[in-house]
Amino acid sequence: MPADPPSPPVLRLTGITKRFGPLLANDGISLDLAQGEVLALLGENGAGKSTLVAILFGHYVADSGTVEVDGRALPPGHPRAALDAGIGMVHQHFTLADNLSVLDNVMLGTESLWWPFSRRDAARRRLVELGMRFGLAVDPQARVAGLSVGERQRVEILKALYRGARVLILDEPTAVLTPQESETLFATLRQMVAAGLALIFISHKLDEVLRISHRIAVLRGGRLVALLPAAGADKPLLAEAMVGRSVEMPRRAAAPARQGAPACELRSATVLAPGPAHGRPLLDGVDLQVQPGEIVAVAGVSGNGQAVLAELLCGQLALDSGSLRVAGRALPARPRTFVDAGVARIPEDRHAVGVVGDLALWENAVLERYHRPAYARLGVLKRRHAMADAQALVERFDVRGTEAAGVHTVTRRLSGGNMQKLILGRALMAGGAARTVPPLIVANQPTWGLDVGAVAYVHQQLLDAAAAGSGVLLISEDLEEVFALADRIAVMHQGRLGAARPARDWNLASIGLAMAGGGQRQAAMTAGATA
Amino acid sequence: MRLERRDTPSRSAALLAPVAAIAGTLGVASLLVAWAGAPVAQAYWLLLEGGFGSRFAITETLTRATPLILTGLAAAVAFRARLFNIGAEGQLYLGALAAVAVGGLHGGSGWAAPVWLLFPAMMAAAALAGALLLLGPALMKSRLGVDEVVTTLLLNFIVLLFVGAMLDGPMKDPAAMGWPQSVALQEPLQLDRLVERGRVHSGLPGALVAALLLWALLKFTTHGFEIRAVGANARAAAFAGMPVGWVTVKVALLSGALAGLAGAVEVAGRAGYVTLDMSPGYGYSGIVIAMLAALHPLGVVAAAVFVAGILVGADSMSRAVGVPTYIADVIVATALIAVLVATLFTQYRLRRGPRP
Amino acid sequence: MNELLELLAAAPFWVSVLRVATPLILGTLGALLCERAGVLNLGIEGIMVAGAFAGWLAVYAGASLWGGVAVAAATGALIGALHALLTVSLALSQHVAGLGITLLATSLASYAYRVSFPKVDTPPTVEPFAPMAWLPIPVLNAQTPLTLLALGLVPLIGWLLYRTPLGLALRTVGENPAAAEGQGLSVAGLRYGAVIAGSALMGVAGCFLTLAAFNAFFFNMVNGRGWVCVALVVFASWRPGQALAGALLFAFFDALQLRLQQAGSGVLGLELPYQLYLMLPYVMAIVALVVMAHRASTPQALMKPYRKGER
Repeated sequence: MPADPPSPPVLRLTGITKRFGPLLANDGISLDLAQGEVLALLGENGAGKSTLVAILFGHYVADSGTVEVDGRALPPGHPRAALDAGIGMVHQHFTLADNLSVLDNVMLGTESLWWPFSRRDAARRRLVELGMRFGLAVDPQARVAGLSVGERQRVEILKALYRGARVLILDEPTAVLTPQESETLFATLRQMVAAGLALIFISHKLDEVLRISHRIAVLRGGRLVALLPAAGADKPLLAEAMVGRSVEMPRRAAAPARQGAPACELRSATVLAPGPAHGRPLLDGVDLQVQPGEIVAVAGVSGNGQAVLAELLCGQLALDSGSLRVAGRALPARPRTFVDAGVARIPEDRHAVGVVGDLALWENAVLERYHRPAYARLGVLKRRHAMADAQALVERFDVRGTEAAGVHTVTRRLSGGNMQKLILGRALMAGGAARTVPPLIVANQPTWGLDVGAVAYVHQQLLDAAAAGSGVLLISEDLEEVFALADRIAVMHQGRLGAARPARDWNLASIGLAMAGGGQRQAAMTAGATA
Repeated sequence: MRLERRDTPSRSAALLAPVAAIAGTLGVASLLVAWAGAPVAQAYWLLLEGGFGSRFAITETLTRATPLILTGLAAAVAFRARLFNIGAEGQLYLGALAAVAVGGLHGGSGWAAPVWLLFPAMMAAAALAGALLLLGPALMKSRLGVDEVVTTLLLNFIVLLFVGAMLDGPMKDPAAMGWPQSVALQEPLQLDRLVERGRVHSGLPGALVAALLLWALLKFTTHGFEIRAVGANARAAAFAGMPVGWVTVKVALLSGALAGLAGAVEVAGRAGYVTLDMSPGYGYSGIVIAMLAALHPLGVVAAAVFVAGILVGADSMSRAVGVPTYIADVIVATALIAVLVATLFTQYRLRRGPRP
Repeated sequence: MNELLELLAAAPFWVSVLRVATPLILGTLGALLCERAGVLNLGIEGIMVAGAFAGWLAVYAGASLWGGVAVAAATGALIGALHALLTVSLALSQHVAGLGITLLATSLASYAYRVSFPKVDTPPTVEPFAPMAWLPIPVLNAQTPLTLLALGLVPLIGWLLYRTPLGLALRTVGENPAAAEGQGLSVAGLRYGAVIAGSALMGVAGCFLTLAAFNAFFFNMVNGRGWVCVALVVFASWRPGQALAGALLFAFFDALQLRLQQAGSGVLGLELPYQLYLMLPYVMAIVALVVMAHRASTPQALMKPYRKGER
C-alpha cells in the first residue's frame, strides 16, 4: 500500500451539485486531491461518478460549487479550460477518430487553428519520446481503427500526457482489459505518479481500488458518503458504503446439468471476415455446447469475437462452415426463425438494438411475436390482446416508470434497468402458453450499465430460468458476473473459443491468461492452484 | 443559449406549434409582399378570399388539393419508414403517362374494352409505374447504401425528359397543333365533376379514401407496425425479426404508387391529357405537406387543403395586386422550415447558459 | 467513329469541358467541406440559384464582376448560416432542412427576380467575365478567371484539409465529434464555419452561370447541377483531388452529349430524341453513386447531429 504523500492540494472541489431534471446526480460533493496522489472514485452505476468527472473536465456545468486547480478557480463548461489547467481525461468510451492516425488524434487541438502550418515531425518525436518514457509505445502513423482496445487506451493516455496533464482522470480504465493488461496499466500509472501526476481513478472493482489508490471516495446516490485512506479499508466495508445496505447478490448453487438434447450445440463453427482477402476468421472453429438447465459463460476481452458469436446465436448471421443446432435442430440464419424456435435473446445494446425507443411499451413487448396468430389475423393486429399481454409482462417483471401512461409509455423514457426488464420479460415470455421457459437463453452483457439492484434482479431471473430447465449462454466481460453465475466457463480469444471447463477449475490468474491468449496447457496447470 | 430536452413533451407546445409556424410564415411573407410594393393587409385578404372566400375559390382549392393529398400521402408513408422519397414529381408524371398509355385515344379510339375494365386498369398502370420507379432507388438504398435523396431527385429530371421524348414522339396528340401534349384520354374514363361550375372532380373522394386507408394501415395492421418500427429504429426491428429489406420494398411500392395515382387522377380529372407543365411542383409540395402534417395521414388532408388554398389564393392575389406568384412557393417553403423549428420546441426548451 | 474521334481531338471541345466543369468543381468542393465536417448540405441547389441571381443582380446594379462574385459568396454564406442554425444548433434532420432551404432559396430568388423586373420578355443581360486571352496556355486561355479560381481551390482545399491544424479539426469533427470536444475544440463552431465556407463556394458556383457561362439569369438555370455535386462528393470519396477528377469526367460526358446533339444523327449513326442526350448527365450521376457505394469511406459522423450533454 503506497504511503500518503504530503502536498498542497492540486485540485479542490467544493460543494459540487448537479441536477438533470428530477435526477440529482451530484449533491454537494467536496474533495481534495494532492499532487502525486491516487484518489479512487468508487460507486455503483448511477452513483454520480461519471457526472462528477465530466464536470471537472468541462463537459457539464455544475449547478453550484467550484473547482480550483492550484488555488485558481477553473472556468466551468469548457474542456479547453480544463486542458489548459492541466487536467486530462481518459474517457470510458474512447474519444478517438477511427479513420485518423494516432498522431492526428494526439495533435488535434494542440496547435492554433489560425496557423496554417502543422509541425508534425516535432510532434511525432515528442510522442515517441513520451511513449518510451512511460512504457506506452504506439506507432504514430497507425490508423486508430486497426488498434486493439489496449492500444487505443494507450493513445488516450498519451493524448493527456502530450498536453502536459498534471491531473489525469481515468474513467473505468480496466473495464476493457484482461487482468494482465490491467497490471501493465497499473505499472504505467505508478510511473506517472512517481513523475508527479495526480490521478483520479473511477472504478467499481474493489480489488483494484484497494491496490492502486492512496485514498478512496465513495459516492452513493450523488452524495459523497465516505472518504477514507485505502490502507485499513477492506472490501466488505467499501461494498456496504457503495450500496448502503447489504445486497445479497445471487450466486449459482451447484446443479447437475440435465440430460437430453443440448439447448445449443456449435461444432467447428467458423465465420469468415467480410471482403475478398479474408484474413483471420471472426469465429474460428468454435465448439460449444449448452445443456438444458446449465449456465455456460463465455468470457473474454471485448473485440475477440463475442459479438459475432452472439449474432450467430441470435440468428443474425450465417456460418461459413461448421454447424449450429438449437434444441437439436439446424435453423436458417434469420432472427425470426430463432425467435420462433424459442431462443430468448438479450442483446448487448439495449437502446440501439433491444428496443425501438419511439414506440410504446406494448409495441416493444410484441415486437418479436406480432406476426403470430395470437397477435395478428389477416394482417390486422390484435391490439387489445397485445396490450393485455404487455400489462402482464409489466407486472410479472416489475417494470417501473409506467405509472403515467401504462403500457402506452414511450419506451425511450424507461430507465436502463427497466428497459432491460422489459427486454428480459419479452425474451423469457417468448415461449407462449405451451412452453414455460425458453429452451435457450442468449444473454449478451445483460447487466452492463445497470445499478446493483437491477443487476441482482437480472441474475436472479437467469438463475431461475436455468433452474426451470433453460440452457443459458452468458456472454460477459464482467468476470465477477461470470464467476457468480456460471456452471462452466469458456474463454474467447481472437475468434477461438477455449474448452468450457467447470467454474471451480478457473481462477483469476488462469482466466486472465486465457483472455490474453495463453495456451490451454498452461491454464490447466495453474488451475490446480487455489484461487 | 442551448437546447435541453424536456422530460415530457409539452402538450401546449404541440398544439401551438403549427399555429406558431403559420404565424412566422405569414410574417416573412408580409415582408416580401411589402417589398413588391403591394399593401400587405389587402394582399392577405385577397389571398384568403382567393383561396377560400367564394364557392368558386373553394372548388378551385379542393381541385388543387386532390393531387396534393396523394403526393402528401406518398411522402408521409415513405418518410415514416425513413425512406426519403423526393421523387414524387417524377412518379407523378410517369403515372400520368402510364394512365394515358392505357386509356388514351391511340389511333383515334384507343383500347376497345369496357369502362369497368379499362378504368381500374388505367389506375393500376399509373400506380405500378410510380411504384416501380421508386423501387430502383429503394433497392439501391437497402442493398448498396446509396442515399435515396439524391437518386430520387436525379430521377425526377430523367423522367421529365423521358416524358418530353414521349410527348414529342409515340404519344403525341396529332390534333394538338404542335403543342407538346399527349393523346387525350377516352371520354368515359375521365372523372366526373362533383359540382357544376367548378372543376373539383371525383378524384377528391378517392384521395380522401386513400388517406383513410393509409391511416388504418399504419395504425391497425402488421404492415403498418413494421413500417413504423423500421422507420424508428431499423436495427432493433431487424434484431426482433422484422424483414427490414422487404418492408423497405413494400413502402417504396406504396409510396410510388400513391404518387403515380396522383398523376393519373390529375390527367383523368383535369386536363384529360398529359403536358410537360401539368404539375407545378406537386411532388415537392407533397413533402412539405407531409412534414406539416407530422407524417400523419389524416393530417395530410388538412395540410393539403391549406397548401392548396395558399397556392390558389396566391394566384388570384398576384393577378390583383401585382405580387409575383412565386410568393406561394416562398410561403410553402417557409412554412416547412417554420414547422420543423416549431415542432422541435415541443420536445426541447431553450435554456440560458453556455453548457448543460 | 472517326467523327467522334475528330470531335474529341478538337480544342473547342475541351474548352467547353472545362467551362461545364467549373460550377461542378466549385459546388462539389463546397459540399465536400460541409460533409467533411459531418453536415450534409442539401441546400446546394437553392444556394446555387440564389448565388446566381444575387451575383448577377449586383453586377446589373453597377458592381464590378468580382464584386458580384463577392455578393454571391456572401449570399451563399448567409444561407449556409441558416442551414447551420437548423442542423447544428437545432439538430433538425439534415435532409429535410436542406430540402427546405433549397425550396426557400429557389423561390425567393425567383420572387426577387420578378419583383425587380416585372415586365420583361427577354432577360436583361450584363457584361460577363471575358476569357483570359492573355494566358499563353491553350484551352485555359479561353476560360474565365473563375475557372482558374476553381482549379486553384482544389489543391488549396486539399492542403487545408490535410496539412493544417484547422483541417485536422474539421475532419475530426466529421469523424468523431466527441474526440474534438475532448481536445477542447468547439464542435458547433467548426461545423458552422465549414457549412458557411462551403455554402459560400456554392454561391460562387451559381454566379459562374450568370456572370461567366451566360450573361443573364434564367429560371431553371441550375437545373439539377447542385444534386449532381452531391453525387460527385461521394464519387470523390470526399477528397478534393478526386472531386476535380469526377467533375471533369462528368463535364466530359455532358459536353459530349451537347456535341452529339448538335452533330445530329451523323456521329453515332442513330436518330435519337434529344432528350436522351440530356438525360445522360443525370444517369451518370446515379451510376457514379452506385459504383462508389461500397468503396467510399464516409466520414463517420456524417448526418449524426451532436448534442452536448444530452442524457
